[in-house]
Amino acid sequence: MAAGHASGHAADEERVEQMVGNLLRAGVLIAAIVAFGGGVAFLARHGSSTPAYHVFRGESTMLNTLGGVLHGVAALNTAALVQFGIVLLIATPVARVLLTLIAFALRRDWMYVVISAIVLGALMFSLLGG
Amino acid sequence: MTLLQLDGLLFLGAFAAGLIGALTGLGGGAIIVPLLTLGFGVDIRYAIGASLVSVIATSSGAAAAYVKEGYTNLRVGMLLEVATTIGALSGAFVAAYVAPNVIAIIFGLVLLHAAWEGTRRHLDHIVHGAPDRLAMVLRLDSTYPTPEGPEAYQVRHVPLGFGLMYVAGVLSGLLGIGSGVVKVLAMDRAMRLPFKVSTTTSNFMIGVTAAASAGLYLHRGYIEPGLALPTMLGVLCGALTGARALPGLKTRKLRLIFSVVVAAIAFEMLYNGFSGKI
Repeated sequence: MAAGHASGHAADEERVEQMVGNLLRAGVLIAAIVAFGGGVAFLARHGSSTPAYHVFRGESTMLNTLGGVLHGVAALNTAALVQFGIVLLIATPVARVLLTLIAFALRRDWMYVVISAIVLGALMFSLLGG
Repeated sequence: MTLLQLDGLLFLGAFAAGLIGALTGLGGGAIIVPLLTLGFGVDIRYAIGASLVSVIATSSGAAAAYVKEGYTNLRVGMLLEVATTIGALSGAFVAAYVAPNVIAIIFGLVLLHAAWEGTRRHLDHIVHGAPDRLAMVLRLDSTYPTPEGPEAYQVRHVPLGFGLMYVAGVLSGLLGIGSGVVKVLAMDRAMRLPFKVSTTTSNFMIGVTAAASAGLYLHRGYIEPGLALPTMLGVLCGALTGARALPGLKTRKLRLIFSVVVAAIAFEMLYNGFSGKI
């Protein structure tokens, strides 16, 4: 099949692969830096406390919603900053699906636009709704 | 133990898991939950949240390199992600109604399967002949780089692969793992993709699969920053170190040793699950 592709198409495919690769790398790097920065600040303040992670609390806190995390970041809450880095990490694959959807649309490959849209819908449902 | 000490130890443990995961190709995600629950006494729900976040980091980091090398089949990945994301949502949804010790038992069984798969040799089953109708309609057939230049391959049994991917998604959402073993099984053995294409495409899909359940976990309070951060950074650094050391290593023996370790951990999880200690 691929042998029958026009050479412009193959170059196009390669460009999309490069962009996807760069996006994933940048997403992970930025998320890790934000979370690490928040983590250092968090540990500087709370490092000597004794955690109780053997008990699941699971009560709703501001760290459990996107809005709450953003409010916390605005208020310079260090735990919220760590969680914001983690949210950026979760958002990285979502951005990747959006990028491939756009690439398929530019190529007028409507079948794969629909397939990407279904995946994107499932991801947004999880992140925003739930 | 203070939070600082705990986070330091978690980072080291997660680093080792990421390193071994990358060296053996079995992924570190599967042993993160046992490490946190059995090793550190963390509640399994927090462990699953931290594991899932680590899985997103390592798979995205590794996929960045693989995609550029041209092994990953983006169409196959995109299509099968429909199955894995919906599976992951189902798994994460069901997880709220399953007792922690039952999750530990399922976890043990999945680990046993992974250990068994780890001892098997992998051969490519590339098929040539009349193209599969469904694969043709979906334009899944592609080429991959070999030392002799690009080689074409055909894709088979799309519905079976799709179904197996749904199962992989459910396990990922239920247990907070990447379930790369089941994903590779679906592509390598059911859909007849070349092994290297299967592993890189699996890795490519793991981030999206994990992100699908991560949102639900976040809302449920499974993702605790004080645990998720050192675990994620440790696994990520370990995996990057492992990927760098990989070319000069004989991994076959390492895989066998790791499989035995995973089997031992599996029995420990099963024991704790059945005795209700988790």
